[in-house]
Order: sequence, then C-alpha cells, then structure tokens
Amino acid sequence: MAVPILKQSRYLIATIQSALSDADLLSLRDSLTEQVGRFRSRGVIVDVTALDVLDSFASRTLRDIAHMVRLRGAETVIVGIQPEVAFAMVQLGITLEDVATALDLEEGLACLDKKKLNSGRH
Amino acid sequence: MKEADEKDLLRELVAHLRQHRTELREEWARRITDAKLLTAMSREEIFAEATSVYNNYVEALETGTLETLHAYARNLSERIIPRGVETHEVVGIVLLLRDVLARSLFAKYQGDFKLLNRVLDAYEPAANRIANTVAVGFVQERERIIREQQEALRELSTPVLQVRERLLILPIIGVIDSQRARQLTEQLLRGIRANRARVVVIDITGVAAMDSSVANHLVLTVEASRLLGAAVIVTGLSPEIAQTLVRIGVNLGKMHTVGDLQGGIEEAERVLGYKVVPIAESSERA
Repeated sequence: MAVPILKQSRYLIATIQSALSDADLLSLRDSLTEQVGRFRSRGVIVDVTALDVLDSFASRTLRDIAHMVRLRGAETVIVGIQPEVAFAMVQLGITLEDVATALDLEEGLACLDKKKLNSGRH
Repeated sequence: MKEADEKDLLRELVAHLRQHRTELREEWARRITDAKLLTAMSREEIFAEATSVYNNYVEALETGTLETLHAYARNLSERIIPRGVETHEVVGIVLLLRDVLARSLFAKYQGDFKLLNRVLDAYEPAANRIANTVAVGFVQERERIIREQQEALRELSTPVLQVRERLLILPIIGVIDSQRARQLTEQLLRGIRANRARVVVIDITGVAAMDSSVANHLVLTVEASRLLGAAVIVTGLSPEIAQTLVRIGVNLGKMHTVGDLQGGIEEAERVLGYKVVPIAESSERA
C-alpha cells in the first residue's frame, strides 16, 4: 500500500496511515528520496501518528530515509510517535538517535523552518 | 451417614432455620450489640444487613455452593469497609451467627443424642466453610481497596506541572521504585503530548538515592521524551546519585543536567527563547 506524499511548498509530508510491510517501508524510502530531487524539497516530514508499533526494521528504515534525504539536500523530521510506542522503543534500545523528532505535524514544520533559518539557505 | 440421608437432614435443618428466622435474627443482632461489634453502624443498619446476611447464609447451607455467598460477601464488604468496619468484627459476627444457629439446632434435637450428632455432622463443616468464605471475601475486598488507594497516592505524588508555555516540571520526591518510575514515565509522556511541551525539567532534589535499574529507567525516560519532541533537563542530582549514574556508565552526552531547579528552569527558558528581566531594570532603560 503506497503512503500518500503531499507537497507543501518546499516540504514533503508523508503520512503513514496504517501498519506497513517491510516492502512498503522500503518503497516509501525510495519514493521520498526520488521526490526530494524531483521537487527540490528542503525538508521531509514523516508522520507516524497512526502506528501502534515501531519495530527495529521500521526504525532503521526511518533512519535510512533521514540519511538518504540529507544526502539529497533536505532535512527530515519524524513526527507523531505515540507515548506507548516511544516507551517500547527505548526499552528495546531503539532510540532514533541522529534523527530529528517532533510531537506532531505543526511542531515538525516549525522545526524544519528553524533548521532552514539556521542553515542560512533560502 | 449416607449422602442421601445427609442431604435430607440438611434440608430439614434449613427448613427449621428459615421457619425461625425472625427470632434467630433478633438473637443474633442482640449478641452483636452485646459483643460491642459493628459500633460504626446504627441498630437499624445492623438489622437491615443482618437480614440479607442471614438469608445468604441459610441459602449457602442449602445449596452447598459458595459462589453467591462469596460475591455477596465482597459486595457487603465494599459497603461497610468505608464505614470503618474491621476484620475482627466481620469474622466475629459470622461466628456469632454460626453459634446462634447451632444453639437453635441443639435446642431442637437435644432429645435424641444420635440424631443431634448427625445434625452437627451435617451442619458444622458447612458452617465453617461459610465463615471462611465470608472472612476471605472481606479480606480480599480490603486488599483491593488498599491497592486502589496506593495507586491514587502514587499518582498524586508525581504531578506533571506546566510552568510556562511548552515547559513542564516534574518534581520527584521520596523513594522511587521500579513501579513508581514506570508510572512517572507514563504520566510524563502523556503530559508532554497533552501540553505540547518542548522542554521538561525533571527535578530529583527530593530523591536521596536510586538503584541502577531506576537510574537506567531515568535515561529511558529522557530518550522516550525526545522521541516525542521534548528535551529533558535533569536537576538536583545528589552526590550519591551522581555517583550511581557514573558507576552504571550512563552516556552523559544523552543527559542534560543542571545543578538545581532554578538553574534548570533558567536553562529551559533559554532553550525556549524566553528572557526574564526584572521590571525595574527594563523601565530604567525606557
């Protein structure tokens, strides 16, 4: 099942709406990486509000998205991790260390705006 | 004694106890008052409860099954425990009822010694099981209430407080065990989401010591908070706790700490972009 990716000016917003198979996750990763180049996006938001579970494969793929997208010139913010999911993740030692996170879409956009300002690009 | 005979006998006893229920209940209520039990309840209340206890007791004798009685005992306990009724009172009144009914059976069958023996053989084990069931039901209900109160107390003692837009404080006081630590984390994460907090100051000035599992839990809490987009500042670490954290090898890069609560709040305000200046100073400039 394809994850809908919306374009909002220089940002891409991918909203995950239900549990994804491993193949779907990889497909999302590839779509985002490709579209960042096509639309010359500066930022990507991946919204995982609807996920009850974030296993190690999903977390690794989210990290891969962040890294690959950064290589293509954009920052990524993961938003909407639920409290129960966050707790389960840290207990398993999955911390998404080098990936930016925010509470929800609004916070994620604010975070990207700040990063854009800090990096001095327009 | 053959089982069929015992069943017939039991039916006869139950019929007798039902027939004389009014006078036996009054005798029982009198004994309860004489023994100074259930002082928390009025005579009218005792009599009202006595009626349903008596009926349940006799029914349990008749059917030989204790589930209904057990459920009734817990229900009754739920009502009387908040009134201050104690375990020894509940056990006491059930035993008094057992005695009152036994005496009544003595009086009825005293003419025939052999029959009296058979009557007691049928009555005593059943009566003891009943007393046991009621006592256990009462104690179970008490334990349930105590657990609920402990839970309520725990939640009270770890409030998550918002002191500025996007800034939460979690002041922890007292002993943290693993269960409390877990509850703390759940409350904090829910609070971060509800208040859309971007910074949390966890103050542990009031915590004397923590073992390594709780210290690890604190680290997990910091990491989980970050996943929800909130930065955590820990303040008020005692020398003992600082030592524990170093000993268990906590990655201090992950933990942002400040000496005291004041410093922690000032740091949090900085992160959020606030600057607090005295009013006099700003009006001088103007």
